Amino acid sequence: MSGFGTLLYKELLRFWKVAFQTIAAPVLTTLLYLLIFSHVMQGQARVYDAVPYTAFLVPGLVMMAVLQNAFANSSSSLIQSKITGNVIFVLLPPLSYWDFFVAYVLASVVRGLVVGVGVLLVSLGFVDLAFEHPLWILAFTLIGSAVLGTLGLIAGIWADKFDQIAAFQGFVIMPLTFLSGVFYSIHSLPVFWQDLSRFNPFFYMIDGFRYGFFGVSDIEPALSLGIAGACLLALTAFTLTLLKRGYKLRH
Amino acid sequence: MTPAIQIQQVYKRFGAVQALSGIDLEVAPGEFFGLLGPNGAGKTTLINILAGLTRADSGSVRVMGHDVIADYRASRRALGVVPQELVFDPFFSVRETLRIQSGYFGLGRNDAWIDEVMHHLDLTGKADANMRSLSGGMKRRVLVAQALVHKPPVIVLDEPTAGVDVELRKGLWEFVRDLNRKGHTIVLTTHYLEEAEMLCARIAMLKQGRIVALDTTSKLVNRRDSLYLKLRISGATLPLALAGRVRDSVDGVHTLRLRSYAEIERALAHVREAGAKIEELELLQPDLEDVFVQIMSMGEAGAQREERSAASSLTPLAFPSP
Repeated sequence: MSGFGTLLYKELLRFWKVAFQTIAAPVLTTLLYLLIFSHVMQGQARVYDAVPYTAFLVPGLVMMAVLQNAFANSSSSLIQSKITGNVIFVLLPPLSYWDFFVAYVLASVVRGLVVGVGVLLVSLGFVDLAFEHPLWILAFTLIGSAVLGTLGLIAGIWADKFDQIAAFQGFVIMPLTFLSGVFYSIHSLPVFWQDLSRFNPFFYMIDGFRYGFFGVSDIEPALSLGIAGACLLALTAFTLTLLKRGYKLRH
Repeated sequence: MTPAIQIQQVYKRFGAVQALSGIDLEVAPGEFFGLLGPNGAGKTTLINILAGLTRADSGSVRVMGHDVIADYRASRRALGVVPQELVFDPFFSVRETLRIQSGYFGLGRNDAWIDEVMHHLDLTGKADANMRSLSGGMKRRVLVAQALVHKPPVIVLDEPTAGVDVELRKGLWEFVRDLNRKGHTIVLTTHYLEEAEMLCARIAMLKQGRIVALDTTSKLVNRRDSLYLKLRISGATLPLALAGRVRDSVDGVHTLRLRSYAEIERALAHVREAGAKIEELELLQPDLEDVFVQIMSMGEAGAQREERSAASSLTPLAFPSP
């Protein structure tokens, strides 16, 4: 196996070994969101005229789980390695910064996918869902989880302690996910908040993901995919620059 | 022949601290080399630069002829580093740790060598134990094994015996000596100077980011042109002729500083002459620790000056007139 393949394998093995924490727990949490929100919001107006609220909610929750877990995977893996010092095991071998970047992000994508599929499967026991455009679903899952995996890598590189990762998660990732239309269509918001939502890249990921299920969305899915893709490119370029310079990893 | 390690004019600053100031050093293939110095002298910084964990501000560093920046893949393949800190990945067992480390170097099927390394380091019984469950000494062995999975020609051990029990230390040195005999270049940093004296053929001493001594171990040890004679006598006081040689006198035991072995006989003749009887006698050889302490307390230039002046202040001992 190549150095890159081994790093990817190690990253996958890492979260698989603690699957209760990294897969089962997020699936359960998302299921609780689903049960509580669908109970409270039952009988609320339908979204896009035809979609019951509970059905509308599921893709939002699935995507939220995908994004949060993709972020959690790369950020927690790297910060743990940095704090325990075992990050040197990946810094001493002849791995390139590309190897490093792709392995961490790909492992995040896989973790996001696994959790997303778990949430989706469990949800199907409660809600009937259409899968209008499965390829769009896949495309947004991959791009969304890659964006968050990259953000997690940036956070992991930047942070010196767990506290800072928690801050990044609490003050950046959580607000961006919760205010991205997971629980509502932005058309139900006042105009000011609607306009503000359009500056949130997570909004496009969730909106486009939802399009894959219902065939309707607030934004043209190709545009959403383009915006999410542009975010991924920009973050990738930024992260590669950090890695190439050895920022906070090689002093 | 390409040097195993070639360090040229390396400078490194961390904020206000100049960690390394112009290090020049070459280690030949197959050498057993010691890097000594007090804490903060720059040993670990130098090793980190060698390993690519830290980048030098200027200067060039090569491992087996490969530049550690421009040709980092080749240089890192040639280098195995046992880090000073006791680090481990709590997710994995010993065998998983070693397989993964081996895989990072692109060596997929490496189980035969991994088994051999585990056997030599007495890790076989713990192969499937999780890293968390190992004692400190066992974790240290795994670190050594990790540094060896890719059979690097150059092995750097940064304080490998800090906090390690005697048995493991002996076993470890046997293993490392064996690797050296098989042609691996070994670079060792340690605080145990007797270990360095016993193992290393050549030694560099670092102080405040500079090399203040660099020579073969035997020349370094012998550069102190003095030895000590410990004497306890009865029946008479120490003869006056020896008074200038007394380093200290504790509980009737006098420690005399001599310039050469030839002076032992003369000193004893003086004692006999004075009618004293020798109760106890011990000869103290200079050791690396003496040299180390002396060099560290003065720095290179000062050390040489001091030695010369100390030597010249000792007037030769003449045989007592019959």
